[in-house]
Amino acid sequence: MGPYLLRRLLLAVPSLLGISVVLFTVLALAPGDPFGEMALNPNVPPEVRQALRIKFGLDDPVWQRYFRWLLAMLQGDWGFSFISRVDVDTLILQRVPVTLAVIGASQLLAMLIALPVGIYSAVKPYSWFDRIASSLAFVGFSLPTFFTGILLILVFSIKLDWLPFVYRADLSSTGWAWWSEQIRQSIMPVLVLGLFQGASWTRYVRSSMLDVIRLDHVTTARSKGLAERVVVIKHVVRNALIPVVTLVALTMPQVFGGAIVTEQIFRIPGIGSLLIDAILRNDTPVIMAVTFVFACLVIFFNLIADLLYGWLDPRIAFR
Amino acid sequence: MQEEQQLRALIDDVRTGKLPRRGFIQQLVGLGLTAPMASMLLMHAGVAQSQPAPAYKPTKRGGGGTLKVLWWQGATLLQPHFANGTKDQEGSRIFYEPLAVWDNDGNLVPILAAEIPTRENGGLSADGKSVTWKLKKGVTWHDGQPFTADDCVFTWEYARDPATAAVTMGVYKDVKVEKLDSHTIKVSFAKPTPFWATAFVAAEGMVIPKHLFAAFAGAKSREAPTNLKPVGTGPYKFVDFKPGDMVRGEINTHYHMAMRPYFDAIEMKGGGDATSAARAVLQTGEFDYAWNLQVEDEVLKRMEAGGRGRAYVVPSGDIEFMQLNTTDPFTEVDGERASVKSKHFAFSDPAVRQAMALLADRQGIQDYIYGRTGYATANFLNNPPRFKSPNTKFEFSIDKASALLEGAGWKKGADGVREKGGKKLKFVHQTSINSTRQKEQAIIKQACQKAGVELELKAVTASVFFSSDVANPDTYGKFWADIQMYTTTMTQPDAERFMDQYLTDEVSNKANKWQGRNIVRWRSEEYDKAFHAAEVEFDPVKRAGLFIRMNDMVVKDGYIIPLVSRPRVRGASLKMVVPLSGWDLDFSALHNWFREA
Repeated sequence: MGPYLLRRLLLAVPSLLGISVVLFTVLALAPGDPFGEMALNPNVPPEVRQALRIKFGLDDPVWQRYFRWLLAMLQGDWGFSFISRVDVDTLILQRVPVTLAVIGASQLLAMLIALPVGIYSAVKPYSWFDRIASSLAFVGFSLPTFFTGILLILVFSIKLDWLPFVYRADLSSTGWAWWSEQIRQSIMPVLVLGLFQGASWTRYVRSSMLDVIRLDHVTTARSKGLAERVVVIKHVVRNALIPVVTLVALTMPQVFGGAIVTEQIFRIPGIGSLLIDAILRNDTPVIMAVTFVFACLVIFFNLIADLLYGWLDPRIAFR
Repeated sequence: MQEEQQLRALIDDVRTGKLPRRGFIQQLVGLGLTAPMASMLLMHAGVAQSQPAPAYKPTKRGGGGTLKVLWWQGATLLQPHFANGTKDQEGSRIFYEPLAVWDNDGNLVPILAAEIPTRENGGLSADGKSVTWKLKKGVTWHDGQPFTADDCVFTWEYARDPATAAVTMGVYKDVKVEKLDSHTIKVSFAKPTPFWATAFVAAEGMVIPKHLFAAFAGAKSREAPTNLKPVGTGPYKFVDFKPGDMVRGEINTHYHMAMRPYFDAIEMKGGGDATSAARAVLQTGEFDYAWNLQVEDEVLKRMEAGGRGRAYVVPSGDIEFMQLNTTDPFTEVDGERASVKSKHFAFSDPAVRQAMALLADRQGIQDYIYGRTGYATANFLNNPPRFKSPNTKFEFSIDKASALLEGAGWKKGADGVREKGGKKLKFVHQTSINSTRQKEQAIIKQACQKAGVELELKAVTASVFFSSDVANPDTYGKFWADIQMYTTTMTQPDAERFMDQYLTDEVSNKANKWQGRNIVRWRSEEYDKAFHAAEVEFDPVKRAGLFIRMNDMVVKDGYIIPLVSRPRVRGASLKMVVPLSGWDLDFSALHNWFREA
């Protein structure tokens, strides 16, 4: 497995380079510059903007700027934001915990829903439970998060006035009060993301279970007189989970992308909203860094999926 | 000069008490001058400033809990001299303070100054070339160091250094600041300067501490640790900052004004959009105050019905207007589109310009789109008895417009579009993408159609339209269309920076990479002369008269069609008392904010 891992990691390098070249070129071709807001203010003399452009090296040719960025990146220097003039790694680190907390909680919720519901539906296919669960699942993944998010705000914040809809990363309270405030403000974003993901995973778990439940070894296990619970958990679920695990790992990066919308709606200061702000302001170093992190995540989770697959199914060899 | 005499008569009326001070200011604002300018006229004439009396009720410092404010564009940096926009200035203003600020009536209110300089107290020199500020004594920075004249002198040195690339450079590069004693400074100008309250005043006047920034002036300016951890003199001390998301401050128990501030802490949250910001203040009451609620008035009213908060409409100098191109935007002359050597085929005819003004349904735009958030405005000034009536007139009449065009020889063709000499009245009307602007476009297009003028509507993404991108053909600076519409902001109380928009030297063209301020490319020798006369005119009354005359010239010529004046819209919970000013930052009087019991 060692050489396989090494080979995969080496293969990732050209993909990352390619991604960075494409990104940089697209950003360079896009209209506007980070000092656009200043251009609207006649009190700021044009020479100030010119001086800033020169200071931040924006007037150099694109390829020069790219190689300068790449060289710095290789040395671990992520550069600084043109807008806030803060180092990019500081900016990202400030926001990672929030994103991880919200996304982690929502994925956990999705799992907690998908596994039991999916398994039970498959064990008793076309029962009332299965039908209701399937319909709800369809509704769940047909509704986009920006819709359910606003719907929840409308119901729980505006009509019922139970939950806050502005997420605050640094709550001033401590102890139990902190936990209760944190949970109150997290409920809606976590529900929105978790239910959406949980709905589609339920369907995957169910269909993958149905595939396995009809196989001969399951019939054999049953005819040996094993308890139904043992048959399902030991002989069906384990095998059925192989494709599901792959899928979960592969959808992880998409979840980070999908969370951008939810972060906007609830004003969660995560990496997603950092990316949106940076794009709107043409803040190249931040856009490059955040998208680079996303690209790394995609490659990393792909690798995880492949490794897990081999571990769950010993017939697959790493070559 | 007629304008000057009328102005002098008005000022006399104020002095003798025949005209209330506020009435005078309102009339001048109606004429396109700002309240601060009007107030300065009175100051020069020796009329005392009205006593700003914000009813501040709290009797002790602190005890108000946390003040939670929402800026849907969060502050990205906290160094006032690097501010990208007002959001950054506001964030910095929590911690830093200027010598004086403008209140809503255009009065200068001292903050770090002991008093406002006047002719009487010797602050203003007779030749108009210098101002002497007396600083408040006993003020300390948040780290305990005393605030002195050295800090002011340093702020000037810091901001004017081109290597620092401070956005406030424009204010400080042409003045000279000297220290007279530990708490007195003298600001000198190269030429007599009637509008002297720019350096150390309002948004661009925030003073920074010398002892923390001295090592980081010039090229090293980005590296100063204090850029991210501000140490100022303001009512709140810095706690924490996440760019674009949150600014937190706690009460400054050594604040230099008694009984202030009322709140124990402040949280300025960023992100999201204007509508949901309005909701968080007006409807759910999660926040105490929200900035810039660019939301349709109808939506605001519905939210206000919840009874938790109200919208504040604060008048300012911003105006949404239409420009008619003076040049031909579609043919190249000497390798340049919209060259000043060309003439617009239709707008060179005064009748067409007048007809266009008649076809702009300002009242409709106000009633159907803006509501409280935009007042229909005619011309900043014109009617002869203008000093008597603050209400200038405007008219919307399709019939009159049609008659005018008919009379000028523009006859309707088979397709219903008017034409003359084979040229049809078909115009491209461009603006930025923004749902309100598209509705305005539709209203204007409808009226034009009835009068036989066809408009092709074009909407450009705001980030492109307002950019200075030389390679892009759709920027407002290029104005490669027949008509365009946007809001021009009055960013300075003095009109000089506003009126330079019509100077011949400022014409936006290829040679200056379309960075010139005169976008409509209107040119008049008489105007240029008046402007240059105003630049060196020290008598504030004569100067104001000149500005009014210049304004007249532009508006009467009809290439500019003002539509609605756009006040600032803010939201606050019902219990909050927030003294706001349309001529300064929202936080200009933050120390006076409190919550009623």
